[in-house]
Amino acid sequence: MEGCNTIEPVDMAGFVPAVLRFKMDGWRVVQICAARLAEGYELSYSFGKEYDMRTLRLTVGEEETVPSITQIYPGAFLQENEAAELFGVKIECMEQDYHGKLYRIGVETPFKQKG
Amino acid sequence: MDHKHDQTPPPWRLFPFAGTAFKNLFSKPATTGYPFEPAHYPDRMRGHVRVRIEDCIGCGLCARSCPPGALQVDRAAGSWTIHRFDCVQCGNCVNVCPKKCLDMMPGYTAPGPVKAVETFTRAPKEPPKTPPKPEDAKT
Amino acid sequence: MAKQSIVPFGPQHPVLPEPVHLDLVLEDEVVVEAVPSIGFVHRGLEKLVETKDFKQYVYIAERVCGICSFGHGMGYCQCLEKIMNIELPPRAAYLRTIWMELSRVHSHLLWLGLLADAMGFESLFMQSWRLREKVLDLFDMTTGGRVIFSVNCVGGVLKDMDQTMLKTIAAATREMEKELRPLAETFLKDYTVGHRLRGLGVLDAEHAKLMGAVGPMLRASGVAFDVRKLGYAAYGELDFDPVTASDGDSFARCEVRIKEIFQSLDLIRQAVGKIPDGPIAAPVKGNPNGEHFMRIEQPRGEAIYYVKANGTKFIDRFRLRTPTTSNIPPMLEMLKGCQLADVALLILTIDPCISCTER
Repeated sequence: MEGCNTIEPVDMAGFVPAVLRFKMDGWRVVQICAARLAEGYELSYSFGKEYDMRTLRLTVGEEETVPSITQIYPGAFLQENEAAELFGVKIECMEQDYHGKLYRIGVETPFKQKG
Repeated sequence: MDHKHDQTPPPWRLFPFAGTAFKNLFSKPATTGYPFEPAHYPDRMRGHVRVRIEDCIGCGLCARSCPPGALQVDRAAGSWTIHRFDCVQCGNCVNVCPKKCLDMMPGYTAPGPVKAVETFTRAPKEPPKTPPKPEDAKT
Repeated sequence: MAKQSIVPFGPQHPVLPEPVHLDLVLEDEVVVEAVPSIGFVHRGLEKLVETKDFKQYVYIAERVCGICSFGHGMGYCQCLEKIMNIELPPRAAYLRTIWMELSRVHSHLLWLGLLADAMGFESLFMQSWRLREKVLDLFDMTTGGRVIFSVNCVGGVLKDMDQTMLKTIAAATREMEKELRPLAETFLKDYTVGHRLRGLGVLDAEHAKLMGAVGPMLRASGVAFDVRKLGYAAYGELDFDPVTASDGDSFARCEVRIKEIFQSLDLIRQAVGKIPDGPIAAPVKGNPNGEHFMRIEQPRGEAIYYVKANGTKFIDRFRLRTPTTSNIPPMLEMLKGCQLADVALLILTIDPCISCTER
């Protein structure tokens, strides 16, 4: 069996509607991943249904805020908190926002800097 | 969601573990009596790295590919240094060695009070500065 | 309304050898909310990928976790093989499958032992781990390590198994199956075990999907989803069906895991029977460039490996979404409404691996 596995770029305006559409169609959150770009971040939201996986790729600036998807998928809070804490991505309106207290680490946003 | 314990008993058997427990009572222990009997190491065991220093060409590939950085190679001095306590026994050095002069050997590094460093020096053509250690130096 | 009180749970708990801390909001004895915090063992292994060469990182990836170490190494390698368009030699695929399934047997037996221990059934715990020891011996014989195998490399595997080893493995699976039967009988038929587990922490299929449960958690809720069906490594050529149970309670999770051990033992025998001859590693040329999301089925559930490479020997970003990350939200959902005395057991039924989760 071969499932689809695609990465689809999405802009900020189309992001929440796209997530809502996934929810309506019965997809589940597979993973949320942040990656550092030269200026800003690259956020990948993967959704899965059966053996298919589609990833939404959102590129945001360093100071830009990202809407949280926890209102739509409550189970995503852990990975959103992780992105916020390790990379310093500004995610707003998270349900269960830990405000940097999920990981008990000495350095704030340790993955933000390169190297 | 209903979190209450379901009290209706499913089909169950009386004392399903009794047979096993009884058998264990009258059979030999499953463990080995280690300090009194020797431990058996399989041939492939990744215990410690052994170097045949006379075959080493000092290319330094092992040192560059060591994930924890436990190796140092000095080409000029012909020496090969290992920090035994940093080594994670992944065997990467053994795989990359072009002369195949490194081996993974069974047997663990003995614990010690300090993180010992071990240096092997190839016998140079001119008189040796430090006498070379025996080939299979036990740590 | 009863008075609310907060009971801190963990990170050190006799039942749970995992560093997770929960603040349990209780009303009398009943949990109304659980707030987790992790990060006690955060090591930043994902970050290390930026300073280690991509071939070296295999050894670091497999050190993320002690139980699913083989899977982590394999997931990372598969991801890079996809990016670099390396075709895995069939023998290597089969060898990986055998090791992966042995890992599953060992992980599930470990879990069964911990479950028995959590219930106070000490002799059952010992018996499970006694059986697990046989798997570890097989690992020791074939890879040279009991926990960390270091046999994966980008493009294949590093060590081959000769005919005697394969025969020993096949014989050992038969032996283990025989010994597992009375154990399975005890877990599934014993009155005390059933009484302790049935109806505890019910998660229906709808909730499980919504909260993102994966692996045996999801399958115990009646969803037949097993990433192995995607056919990576040699799974495409082996005959199996995802194990499911319908109740969605702790007992169903136990049942799924026990049946999966039998399934894995069968898969190992199938793989040993079908393994082709040939090379065990494909040559690797150049540096990776590109990105890929790889999903593989770990003993604890679906794990995601993401590699973003930039054409140099250092990788930009490695992301590992472990099954436990996905299973914590449904676990919190399950905890709501359970008794304080059941909390430890309930957390255990998701088979948490917090060290994996924090990397």
